[in-house]
Amino acid sequence: MARLKFLCDADRCIECNACVTACKNEHEVPWGINRRRVVTINDGLPGERSVSMACMHCTDAPCASVCPVDCFYTTDDAVVLHNKDTCIGCGYCSYACPFGAPQYPQTANFGTRGKMDKCTYCSGGPEPDMSEVEYIKYGSNRLAEGKLPLCAEMCSTKSLLAGDGDIIAEIYRERVVTRGYGSGAWGWRTAYGETVTV
Amino acid sequence: MAHQIHRLVVALGLALTLGLFAPQAMAQVNPTAESVTEEALFDALGSGGNVTGRISIPDAHAGQLIAPENRVWAAMQGDTLHTISIWAVIGMIALLTLFYLVRGKIRIDGGMSGRKILRFNAIERFAHWTLASTFIILALSGLNIIIGRTVLLPMIGEGAFGTLSAWGKIAHNFLAWPFMVALVMIVVLWVIHNIPNKVDLEWMKQGGGLLKKGVHPPAKKFNAGQKIIFWSVVLGGAALSFTGVMLLFPNEVATFADWQFYQTIHALTAAALSAIIIAHIYIGSVGMEGAFDAMGSGEVDENWAKEHHSLWVEEVKGETGSKARPHPAE
Repeated sequence: MARLKFLCDADRCIECNACVTACKNEHEVPWGINRRRVVTINDGLPGERSVSMACMHCTDAPCASVCPVDCFYTTDDAVVLHNKDTCIGCGYCSYACPFGAPQYPQTANFGTRGKMDKCTYCSGGPEPDMSEVEYIKYGSNRLAEGKLPLCAEMCSTKSLLAGDGDIIAEIYRERVVTRGYGSGAWGWRTAYGETVTV
Repeated sequence: MAHQIHRLVVALGLALTLGLFAPQAMAQVNPTAESVTEEALFDALGSGGNVTGRISIPDAHAGQLIAPENRVWAAMQGDTLHTISIWAVIGMIALLTLFYLVRGKIRIDGGMSGRKILRFNAIERFAHWTLASTFIILALSGLNIIIGRTVLLPMIGEGAFGTLSAWGKIAHNFLAWPFMVALVMIVVLWVIHNIPNKVDLEWMKQGGGLLKKGVHPPAKKFNAGQKIIFWSVVLGGAALSFTGVMLLFPNEVATFADWQFYQTIHALTAAALSAIIIAHIYIGSVGMEGAFDAMGSGEVDENWAKEHHSLWVEEVKGETGSKARPHPAE
């Protein structure tokens, strides 16, 4: 079994936000919710870098450890998913997440949080694969169709990589060696406890 | 402002890193090698540093890219708070069971007199029971958030547990408001009777007469033990209300660190107050004969009142003797 991961090669990201748009369109994510976003560090300064970030599908995911209703589960491919039927929208996962992945529609009382929504690595939820109910709750299930997440698949500069951790790490390593520099696999240390060494 | 400071820190850190690594970078093939690296950035930010940048979507929170410290709170929440909450509740119940086995029910030494004195009027009882009933539901639904996953979930299954917890959250969010109203009411009604004085010292010295039979230190309307309950409820309730409102409107507080802080204070205060309230429920019901009437019908037996609130009885009797309450002809 693969260990699926995301890797954003920040030296290639041009902050076009196409990954963000593709994600919203693919899963029909409602207004106000961003499963993926692009953050620019040192904007306008030397060394400016943009990083596309979503749920990193952590090893030993902190969201799962704090969830009061235990709605998270990890698939055989190490994708961290959650069950919206069980989720109560308490917000604890968003306090625990180092990457700001959990999102909430404002539907509960006093305009507070509804059920949590986050990146599913384009692999739906606990419902039957590619069913309508799964699509409504979690968006499309590209993994079940044998495809990788759309954000990475359509990245114009191939900055955002998705796939087995070892394979994408090797691709990144080759790039860094060839071009002579690399700003690192952003978030890997925090998400997986290890980073890509060149 | 904080955002700008943060950016300044990042910029300074970067300048420092570039200064240190510049010779190496120059030696490399590509001049664009003068890039910020994640490792150098975290080193420059120091412990507890979060990587933040500019974002083009309206949600300013989303500008925070990586916050490794959130994992620390996650570990504490899933482990420490869980343990403290369980022990606060189980520990207090065990302690009270032991007390009951040793001391038994505290009886009225003089027996029931049959004569009643009004202790709490309808408004006082309304405030008390609003506070009490909302607190119990808030405490149970809150406790479910912390320990339900390990205690209740294996017993009733994911479907039922999910539904129950969802209703629990709604109840928690709505009942917080009557709780806060009742909290203000009891402060207004009782704060005058709960200012600590010399009588309380004597009461404390004698252990409130709880430990020995036939010992009844004097007390006014509220004895020192009740004053401790009062101030615990008022201060604890205020802390719970404030942190709770902050958590209820998450967009009012700016950062993850704020949410984590408020959640931790909320959980610890709730655990402590729950333990105190369990003791309060015990002594007001099975623990002491005649005590429940004070909040039940509002009228207590005169002998009970003389034993537990002797100075208050004198006050009331003096009052009724001179004015107010009409008495039947003697």
